Amino acid sequence: MSAPNKSYDPVEVEALKPEEIERMRNEALAAFAAAGSLDALQEAKVAHTGGTSPLALANREIGALPPQAKADAGKRVGMARGAVNKALAARQAELEAERDARVLVEEAVDVTLPHDRVPAGARHPLTTLSERIEDVFVAMGYEVAEGPEAEAEWFNFDALNIGPDHPARGEADTFFVQGPDGGTESGVVLRTHTSPVQIRSALDRELPVYVICPGRVYRTDELDATHTPVFHQVELLAIDEGLTMADLKGTLDHMVQSLFGAEMKTRLRPNFFPFTEPSAEMDMLCYVCKGASVGNPDRPCRTCSSEGWIELGGCGMVNPRVLTACGIDPEKYSGFAFGFGIERMLMFRHNVEDMRDMVEGDVRFTRPFGMEI
Amino acid sequence: MRVPLSWLREYVDLPATETGRDVQAKLISAGLEVETVEHLGADLKGPLVVGQVLTIEELEGFKKPIRFCTVDVGQANGTGEPQEIVCGARNFGVGDKVVVVLPGATLPGGFSISARKTYGKTSHGMICSGDELGMGDDGSHGIIVLPPETEVGRDAIELLELVDEVLDIAVTANRGDCLSIRGVAREAAIAYGLPLRDPALIDVPGPNAYGYPVEIADPTGCDRFTARTVTGLSAEARSPIWLQRRLQKVGMRPISLAVDVANYVMMELGQPLHTYDRALVQGTIGVRRAAEGEKIVTLDGVERKLHAEDLVITDDRGPIGLAGVMGGANTEIADHGAAENGGNATSDVVVEAAHFDQVSIARTARRHKLSSEASRRFERGVDPQAAAAAAQRTVDLLVLLAGGTAEAGVTEISAPTAPHTISVPADHPDRVAGVTYGRETVVRRLQQVGCDVYGQDELIVTVPSWRPDLTDPNDLAEEVIRLEGYENLPSTLPRPSAGRGLTSRQRLHRRVGRALAGAGYVEALNYPFVAEQVFDQLGLEADDPARRVVKLVNPLSDEEPALRTTLLPGLLGALRRNDGRGSHDLALFETGLVFHPRDERRVAANLPVDRRPGADDLAALDAALPDQPRHVAVVLTGAYERAGWWGKGRPADWADAVEAARLVAREAGAELAPRKGQYGPWHPGRCAELIVTVDGAERVVGHAGELHPRVLKTLGLPARTCAMELDLDAVARAGNDTPQAPGISTFPVATQDVALVVDEFVPAAEVESALRDGAGELLESIRLFDVYDNAEQLGEGRKSLAYALRFRAGDRTLTVDEASAARDAAVALAGERVGAVLRG
Repeated sequence: MSAPNKSYDPVEVEALKPEEIERMRNEALAAFAAAGSLDALQEAKVAHTGGTSPLALANREIGALPPQAKADAGKRVGMARGAVNKALAARQAELEAERDARVLVEEAVDVTLPHDRVPAGARHPLTTLSERIEDVFVAMGYEVAEGPEAEAEWFNFDALNIGPDHPARGEADTFFVQGPDGGTESGVVLRTHTSPVQIRSALDRELPVYVICPGRVYRTDELDATHTPVFHQVELLAIDEGLTMADLKGTLDHMVQSLFGAEMKTRLRPNFFPFTEPSAEMDMLCYVCKGASVGNPDRPCRTCSSEGWIELGGCGMVNPRVLTACGIDPEKYSGFAFGFGIERMLMFRHNVEDMRDMVEGDVRFTRPFGMEI
Repeated sequence: MRVPLSWLREYVDLPATETGRDVQAKLISAGLEVETVEHLGADLKGPLVVGQVLTIEELEGFKKPIRFCTVDVGQANGTGEPQEIVCGARNFGVGDKVVVVLPGATLPGGFSISARKTYGKTSHGMICSGDELGMGDDGSHGIIVLPPETEVGRDAIELLELVDEVLDIAVTANRGDCLSIRGVAREAAIAYGLPLRDPALIDVPGPNAYGYPVEIADPTGCDRFTARTVTGLSAEARSPIWLQRRLQKVGMRPISLAVDVANYVMMELGQPLHTYDRALVQGTIGVRRAAEGEKIVTLDGVERKLHAEDLVITDDRGPIGLAGVMGGANTEIADHGAAENGGNATSDVVVEAAHFDQVSIARTARRHKLSSEASRRFERGVDPQAAAAAAQRTVDLLVLLAGGTAEAGVTEISAPTAPHTISVPADHPDRVAGVTYGRETVVRRLQQVGCDVYGQDELIVTVPSWRPDLTDPNDLAEEVIRLEGYENLPSTLPRPSAGRGLTSRQRLHRRVGRALAGAGYVEALNYPFVAEQVFDQLGLEADDPARRVVKLVNPLSDEEPALRTTLLPGLLGALRRNDGRGSHDLALFETGLVFHPRDERRVAANLPVDRRPGADDLAALDAALPDQPRHVAVVLTGAYERAGWWGKGRPADWADAVEAARLVAREAGAELAPRKGQYGPWHPGRCAELIVTVDGAERVVGHAGELHPRVLKTLGLPARTCAMELDLDAVARAGNDTPQAPGISTFPVATQDVALVVDEFVPAAEVESALRDGAGELLESIRLFDVYDNAEQLGEGRKSLAYALRFRAGDRTLTVDEASAARDAAVALAGERVGAVLRG
């Protein structure tokens, strides 16, 4: 009669003995633990979990066992293999984490290295300061107006109540443009102020007019530390019904507060300009010492020479004659205007000590001002 | 106008405690721009006394002549013994009265005096010059010799009025009245609420028939002429110390008594005066316009050719003075010096106090480039009513100081003039200021400045003769507001109408600046003045339109009389300056106007100002102005990318310049196509002309690339300097500032690379354009990623261009066949147009 292979004693299958399996498991765990690198672990993995590893070979023997023994041995081998795989995964994760950490350390750089591959560019501070001022007024509803730099004398002088024989015309240090065929009479000058843009605005725009006019102007001064023949101004013009000198004062106060801080204010002193009547010289409180240096020799102020005030420019109520020249009824409309030099403001706002620095285009001067000021 | 406080106090009783600074603050608040207060003799300390020179011993053996003097200083030195003083000056002799500073004193500038050994003697003090005492240099540098009657031992600080304060006032063009002590005193009196002692209020005899004969042929040019005669002036008479000192303090040099008196009265009253040597005047004095071509030699020794509009003073011979500007040499007063030199000192003078037309004087002064104290005053307005008083003051002083005799004859010719009146609503100042002053205040303030005021709601205001600047209602408003204090104006904000923000052009200018600065360029703002030779240096053709320039009549430098037609000269100058200062890696930009004369050049007309000019007139005015487009330019040299720890740098090259142009065009929303070009300053093989399309027409709007080596050499610039210049206005016109959104497909991209071999002179732009056109609508983008020229592999004169083509459809995933077909079509068209063949 046929019977199971009695000659085969499961107890005798060496590889499936519990102590053997235990040994294989322990050897595997020890090998994993001993693996000091991912490469070593890979070798240990092949040796202890691969197709020819002791546990795999033991597993292969199970099929020959009688059912009861098969189950016992299967369970034993399965548990051992599970433990080995888990240990492998854990060690794998551990070594990968170590490797990753090491790579990050190896990849560390000196973050203080300079990077000036393409040196930064910059806009000229006269440009950006002018824009800053424009923006203050644009926010209030003013528009920016422009005009030509080579300007008709009528716009630069006559329409501004500076007739041909007005002493102010002679004092304007004007560059005159040659006439046709090289003659001296052309009726054209390099504008001596941005005020002609007032006239252009008053002529071109519908009332009321609220404009701010930045631009380059020219006077026959030699370049030195405090003069330049080519400089920049910002001019303001407002024409509306019922505008007063108090409105002019309020507008100036608002401007200096916007540019220099909430506690700033302006001061008006009587002066004379043909195109405004009444006219005034405008000063702003010194934004550095706020006037504290006046009569206080212990706290001198370089910015205002301890005067407490900084001279800004000229202003006033638009002379009704100017309105008339623009066809605006001075009985119905009034206006105010002011103008000042950007160079001067740049000098005291940013401690520029020499006018030539603004003129010569030295990149060392301009770069620190960046894109906006 | 310099105003000594001591002189001012003569007409206004300012509180004794008021310092120059106090008065300055008051006058500034009232509207006079007191620029400085000079404190004369601030650090001066005596003893400073009058001495008489007793003996002079010439010391020998020194490099320069030195004198050892003994000087009697009375009891001022405490002993009464003669003071021993070593002196280097020579303009004095034994018996002369001099100013002596004794040991223990301090002279201006903190110069302490003590007895000291010098030239082998001990000098116990110094004999002083005007310079050393802070009196201003009289030109002689010599020591002061006092009048013989001066008392020995007297305190010279007081005698010479060395301690004083002088206000320096920048008088505005409208306030001719304040070019006199009288005018400033009136303002001070109003500011302090004190009465004015008007120096012009003196008794003046009425005109009569036996004064010096005067005929006025042009009463509009000269509406008033007073002539007085003083005879028997002493040839020895000198200006007394007080008069000399006052003239020095107001900034004039004492010259001779008669001239000094006229200057003194002009400073006091603001009325320019002229004194003629009567012996030299022949016949009737006349006032008329000059005949064209007539000549006169003025007191400054210059012969001047007269213009038919010049107003002249004449005698029987012809012009003897340029009216209101400067007298003639032929009737000049001769002082005592002339007598000493054997000539005849003037004994009899005719004094002229006249009033001339502002405009006429201004024109004459301008025409002859001759600005005098007199012309400055007439241009700004002189009180016509002060002429007679000024003549009288002059006569009085000549009688008093020169021992002259006033002749009884008084000539006074005056054209009848009505006082100027202004009608103004009583609340007009309130409406101008935005403050309620009220009628009473308005009237009171106007009266203070000298106006007569009548009326209730509507005021009839008669302005004083010394304020010809008050012509309009707003002038009166200003008087009220300034006297009420500008500092008391409230601060209110108007509500402007709603604005539309910056225009697109203005926004573009800002964007271009930011983009270029972002790309590493630094803005430089250069003067627009250029020399015409610069166009030769830039290698422009003889007929280049950029050579047509606008020129200045009066350039700062005769070498740079023209206005720029290109930004390059200025920018290259800035580049050279930076390079010279050690910055060698440079990228600069500028945006600014250039100036081109119109084809048809016209004179800009002078339009009326009493109404709005007509539209045609305004258009004609603008048409007479040069064309002034805005340009943008960059220049660059050295490394664009610098070498560093990251590796090698990259020198700035032609491509950076072209890229700068593209950058600008991108900001403008314009398509800019570079094309091989050749123009003036650029390297003929490395120059792109830059093209935009406006209304379907191509237009060259600038150039970019490397500059011509010859130009760089001529201009002294670093090798390989590159530049770009664009007409920014033209680029803006080609632009579109409202970009349209593209459709974005989410289907996968199909990428195909092609390498094409073409002749080396085929522009890459043409290859790309052919590929683009051939690929059709499926092409999403095309990018040149490699250029390769290897004669061995490609053959001589050939180059390989490698492009990455990206294809995508909006509605489906493209198949490989579709993408390949599109690529093949692209290559085929490139083959057809530029002979490109696929690289095997």
